[in-house]
Amino acid sequence: MSPARDLPKAVAALGVVALAFVPAAGMPAFYESFFYLVFFWVSLSTSWALLSGFAGYFSLGHAAFFGVGMYTTAALTTKFEVPFLATIPLGAGLAALLAASIGAVVFRLRRLRGELFALLTLAVTFVIATIILNTPIDGGAGVFMSAVPLPALTSTPTGTIYILGFIMCVITLATAWWVAHARLGMGLFAIHDDEDVAEVKGVPTFRYKIVAFALSGGIAGAVGSIHAMYVGFLTVAGTFELSVPLFVVLMSVLGGARHWFGPAIGATVITALLYAFISGGEAIMGRAIVGLVLIVAILWLPDGVVPALQKWRRRHRAAPAQAVRRAEVVPVMPSAPPAIGQRDILEVRGVTRRFGGLQALAGVDLGVREGEIFGLVGPNGSGKTTLINVISGFYPLTSGTITVDGAEIGHAPAHEIARRGVARTYQIPRPFANMTVLDNVMLCATFGGPVRSRAEIRDESVHWIGFTGLAGKEEAMPAELNLHERKFLELARALAARPKLLLLDEVLSGLNPAEVDNAIRLVRAIRAQGSTIVFVEHLMRAVVELSDRVAVLNEGKLFALGAPREVMRDPRVVGIYLGKAYAA
Amino acid sequence: MPSATLLGQAMISGVLAGGMYGLLALGLSLSWGLLRLVNLSHFALAFLAAYLTYELGTTYHVPPWWAAALVVPAMFAIGMVQHWLFDRFKVNELASLLITFSFAIILEVAIQLYWTADYRRFETHYSTLSIKAGPFFIPVLELVLCMVAGVLAWGTWLWLRRTYVGKALRAAAEDADIAAAYGVDHRKLAYLLSGMGAAYAGIAGCFIALIATLAPAQIWAWLGVVFAVVIIGRLGNPLGALLAGMLIGASESLAMAVFSPAWAPVVSFSVLIAILLWDPEWL
Repeated sequence: MSPARDLPKAVAALGVVALAFVPAAGMPAFYESFFYLVFFWVSLSTSWALLSGFAGYFSLGHAAFFGVGMYTTAALTTKFEVPFLATIPLGAGLAALLAASIGAVVFRLRRLRGELFALLTLAVTFVIATIILNTPIDGGAGVFMSAVPLPALTSTPTGTIYILGFIMCVITLATAWWVAHARLGMGLFAIHDDEDVAEVKGVPTFRYKIVAFALSGGIAGAVGSIHAMYVGFLTVAGTFELSVPLFVVLMSVLGGARHWFGPAIGATVITALLYAFISGGEAIMGRAIVGLVLIVAILWLPDGVVPALQKWRRRHRAAPAQAVRRAEVVPVMPSAPPAIGQRDILEVRGVTRRFGGLQALAGVDLGVREGEIFGLVGPNGSGKTTLINVISGFYPLTSGTITVDGAEIGHAPAHEIARRGVARTYQIPRPFANMTVLDNVMLCATFGGPVRSRAEIRDESVHWIGFTGLAGKEEAMPAELNLHERKFLELARALAARPKLLLLDEVLSGLNPAEVDNAIRLVRAIRAQGSTIVFVEHLMRAVVELSDRVAVLNEGKLFALGAPREVMRDPRVVGIYLGKAYAA
Repeated sequence: MPSATLLGQAMISGVLAGGMYGLLALGLSLSWGLLRLVNLSHFALAFLAAYLTYELGTTYHVPPWWAAALVVPAMFAIGMVQHWLFDRFKVNELASLLITFSFAIILEVAIQLYWTADYRRFETHYSTLSIKAGPFFIPVLELVLCMVAGVLAWGTWLWLRRTYVGKALRAAAEDADIAAAYGVDHRKLAYLLSGMGAAYAGIAGCFIALIATLAPAQIWAWLGVVFAVVIIGRLGNPLGALLAGMLIGASESLAMAVFSPAWAPVVSFSVLIAILLWDPEWL
């Protein structure tokens, strides 16, 4: 660590300490109240970004969680005389529970699109507001908090609220930092880019979304508990106001919702702007100006301020900060074909898959031996890709069983299948668009492979990037790669998971002859590392050169199985490809 | 339990009130379903139209139908201008939601600055007219509104189903690139559709001026219900939007009669959540 890199950290630490002692400095209450509002919005918008920014599920229901916290504190302190501080964790807990139950219901819907989630969370807000309004929790009259004793953390009540808001803000930012740098955050970022692929690469998407939603709601609940004391008088109309979710979204989007610190920047700027207008007596115009800022921000800075600054810095840095450290790569070329085991690593028994009236797989039986390269061919629509999709868990199977290494996986969720050592590639590459090549590979290594240290994962990922010929592209974004390179990135991502079984879906399609030769060498080298490979391919030259055995699928059934040259000469097989006349 | 007459009356006024939900949902459903743009400013445009109708009627004594003839084309133009911005910046669904939200706020502020935050009421003799059918009263204005909504929904449905332009629009909504490859100029069509959506908001606005009490904050009052209606009616389906509007209107009105008026907001969202969980094929 150089002193220059420690400087921002030192400044930040100093700032935190200084802010903690503001109430002791005897500043006018006006400043304490202003700072409290900044903390309030920073906490709320940062908590919103935990699910909505990181994973891309925009919630418009943040007021619901915040309101649950407020009314939990209000009801418990005024009706049951629970001490105020004890109600904060309760408010957080209830709000988290609400978020988790909403999540448990809506995240089950596979077709749920982002805008539907946004409107559904908005709907929940209205329902909760109506329930609170019509029950004794509020009863329509509002709740006065003035009789509730405030613990004397500092000499003044405003000072105490300031300190509570400040602690909440620090906790929220620390949580956001932790999530962004942990496995959870990595998974959420992947969900944001392509949820289906994330699941297949081993990210437990359902659980992660619920955890992020509960964290997000829980923090909002705690913030609400504290805010109940700040406002002193609660009304349903004031608490569940539409402006809460909308300001939260605006602040996060403006600052950069995908960055843990982005919402904090946006919240500070907007709060200061609003305060300036309100104290200047121009509250109405303030709203209009915030609206205008939002339009301009979304049109010109769609990613937010913080990511835009980061991009700018990256472009203007004189030299790359450090070269990527690379483990020595020696593609192992086998001198003799490796021994193929007698044991079946993949067993497919009576597998069917129906899409409405269409029988895509009509009872397929196959066994793939350990260490084998197994070609899967057949005319278009014969069920090859469907079989890959069923084995990798992307589609649930209609009936039948699939076992990998002795374990039944036919009905397991895709991320569990990935953990059991099955990796796949996509015919049309589907990289995570907002992650660098290295992050793409590291994600798959983290979630697909065995548990190991971050440094180890990084080294290994760099190794596989080099192995597939992408050395030097570690920091590139997927959009900067050409088709050939994207196909190889697909391979690198699959390999980084150290699969026992690798499913390749038309890796060669669209490549020119030289690239095909290159890819064939690569597939051989992969097998030499100890993986079993099932590959779907139309290019017969590659099928014959690579595979130990070939299975031909036709109309969802196994049509022929055997050594490649024999199968390809079988007149029946020629018949289904070219028509009966040629076969004769 | 309230009497059968009361329930019948609640049913009638619910269905008629649902006509307004349906009319507001119509334009939203078209732009969301066929252009993939979520237009939150739809409500603000409707209220702008309502205030203009009110202003023309009270200050210049223009009858409502003449006011509509002026206001609706103006709204059409505003819709086209709005779409120019979306087109120019290639705005996606979520960004459109945030941008139109900002539009709505700016329009709300503009309305408040010109007409103040006070409640305004456009008094006409139409508002008290009603037909007596057996034991039930049917307010004429609401009936006309429902008929207009029905004609618009039916006409739009036929237009989308039968004409080349309608088919081209539906094709472009499925896959804009493929449609373009077959010669569909979907950018031009999108302008037309955006204009239509805003014009529908304008028509709704003229009725709002006659039926409701106007205040700037009312812009947000129907937001939740109408979005529920749009989703239940299936995106991009005009007839579905109208039917869903009437369904929600009737259930709200019945809930008000049987329980208490305060519980009405829960109804639409409970129906929406139930339908989303049921997850039927047609959704």
